Amino acid sequence: MATLEIRDLHVTVEADNATKEILKGVDLTVKQGETHAIMGPNGSGKSTLAYSLAGHPKYTITSGTVTLDGEDVLEMSVDERARAGLFLAMQYPVEVPGVSVSNFLRTSATAIRGEAPKLRTWVKEVKEAMERLNMDSSFAERNVNEGFSGGEKKRHEILQLELLKPKVAILDETDSGLDVDALRIVSEGVNRVRETGEVGTLLITHYTRILRYIKPDHVHVFSGGRIVESGGAELADKLENEGYEAYTKGGASE
Amino acid sequence: MAEAQNIPVGSTTAGQIAVAAESTVATRMSAPPSFDVADFPVPHGREEEWRFTPLERLRGLHDGTAVVTGDGVKVDVQAPEGVTVETVGRDDARIGKAGTPVDRIAAQAYSAFEKAGVVTVPKETVLTEPIRIAVHGEGGVRYGHQVVELGAFAEAVVVIDHTGDAVLAANVDYILGDGAKLTVVSVQDWDDKAVHVAQHNALIGRDASFKSVVVTFGGDLVRLHPRVSYAGPGGEVELLGLYFTDAGQHQEHRLLVDHNVPHCKSNVVYKGALQGDNAHAVWIGDVLIEAKAEGTDTYEMNRNLVLTDGARVDSVPNLEIETGEIVGAGHASATGRFDDEQLFYLMARGIPADEARRLVVRGFFAELVQQIGVDDIEERLLAKIDEELEASV
Repeated sequence: MATLEIRDLHVTVEADNATKEILKGVDLTVKQGETHAIMGPNGSGKSTLAYSLAGHPKYTITSGTVTLDGEDVLEMSVDERARAGLFLAMQYPVEVPGVSVSNFLRTSATAIRGEAPKLRTWVKEVKEAMERLNMDSSFAERNVNEGFSGGEKKRHEILQLELLKPKVAILDETDSGLDVDALRIVSEGVNRVRETGEVGTLLITHYTRILRYIKPDHVHVFSGGRIVESGGAELADKLENEGYEAYTKGGASE
Repeated sequence: MAEAQNIPVGSTTAGQIAVAAESTVATRMSAPPSFDVADFPVPHGREEEWRFTPLERLRGLHDGTAVVTGDGVKVDVQAPEGVTVETVGRDDARIGKAGTPVDRIAAQAYSAFEKAGVVTVPKETVLTEPIRIAVHGEGGVRYGHQVVELGAFAEAVVVIDHTGDAVLAANVDYILGDGAKLTVVSVQDWDDKAVHVAQHNALIGRDASFKSVVVTFGGDLVRLHPRVSYAGPGGEVELLGLYFTDAGQHQEHRLLVDHNVPHCKSNVVYKGALQGDNAHAVWIGDVLIEAKAEGTDTYEMNRNLVLTDGARVDSVPNLEIETGEIVGAGHASATGRFDDEQLFYLMARGIPADEARRLVVRGFFAELVQQIGVDDIEERLLAKIDEELEASV
């Protein structure tokens, strides 16, 4: 069973000619089949965690370990992490002009699967996955994220999640900027992947709204660069009613 | 191109505002066209037409010190049956008919060449195979002149392939009879040290169509000046260009479409990728719509993709319109970067860095490559693009 283990992770970023520590000792274990929600106020370091796990060059790991099935993730390049089974659905997916969605998806699937998918089954696979996400077939011929609306970008991220079938999926504020319909469609996509039982999901969000559609097994409150409280789904209800105030005050006094 | 931006007329990616913005097509050259090199002063580098070009790398082509050495450049013409291939003297009437040299080097080439190549496709002859002109440099200096003439309603594809090492200045004339169709692919696949400066003059007959595809990969310095004018109404012109500028290379394409008769079309699309320190691409797109050229339809576009730091693009589209009675006129120029965020996004989907770069560059050029319409050239181009990417990333 695939397991992502994060131990005492410290991460810094360079900003304004100064080194700033963003993550201050994160401990978390995500097993295949589990869904963990990480919730926290703006600036708490949630997205830094997501991008650090994916290997974004902007972030420097100063101490701690991350392993996927015992393999050292931090030693891997960004593409190696993806091929090892990590997937990051980005909050702000990047435009790649000149590269069509269909070419991008096939190149990516070829890299992740280690061989080119057979053309006939692949075309069908993509078509069906797009239909499930209410994406028009013309989508495949557009350039990656170019001119996409916010909702289209997020659906495109979840399309990749469905096609690439990672071991661990990190969803970075996938719910932000979505209206209720889009949120439902995107959540259903995530749930289809979760129902296979083959993915561990790390759902990073500011709002509890998405948790009505995607039920987490564990909820963690993130503040001041680390997890300050963990619990079950009921913790999300508490946050819904009380907000993050208790945690941000606590974080500030430390 | 996350940070793609539209560059206003006359600006450069380095943030300098070009003087060209306020000058006009008619006045931007420092001397009127002439066949005589003596009519042009030796450039000092601040002239509008020379200010982007590193004169010290021209190997003396601009100041009369480049002396012809031996048979430094071999020209081989392969033509299908029905085509006449000749080598003629300076007094041949077909020479210089399509246009007059507009700068010192073009005039130098005209004043200095000894024999010209003339390829003629008789009227109503429709070729099914390309005419291939191989220009191979063997380290020498050469001044050249080539004429390609199509009679009325003739159709031909000409591939001019430049390889090897040379210092070459040349004029190339394309003369299209009424209703003729000519596609010319000029490939600059020079060795690293080559210097190539050429003016291309196309004279488009009534209802004729001309497609020029300029592909520049190699050379230390390549400066091409494709120019078009029309001999009658109904002409259609497509000027396509593709360049891949590497570290230290200077590749300059200066275009002029002179809409001097009514009811003609022109469409200009040049795309370039740059990588490496001091890779420098220059694109000047001049379109002139003269007062009498009613019904003109023209568009020009330049796109650049900067793959690494240290590369520089100067892109100056310039449209001069003397009549409002036209179908359309437009221009666009944009330079984008392949940046770390795009690379990260593709790599985060399992795609290795080199393949990510190839995907983006192939995608950038694909649409243009597909329009060339000469299969072996298209394949060679794609292979060349991959080679360029592998060589220096």
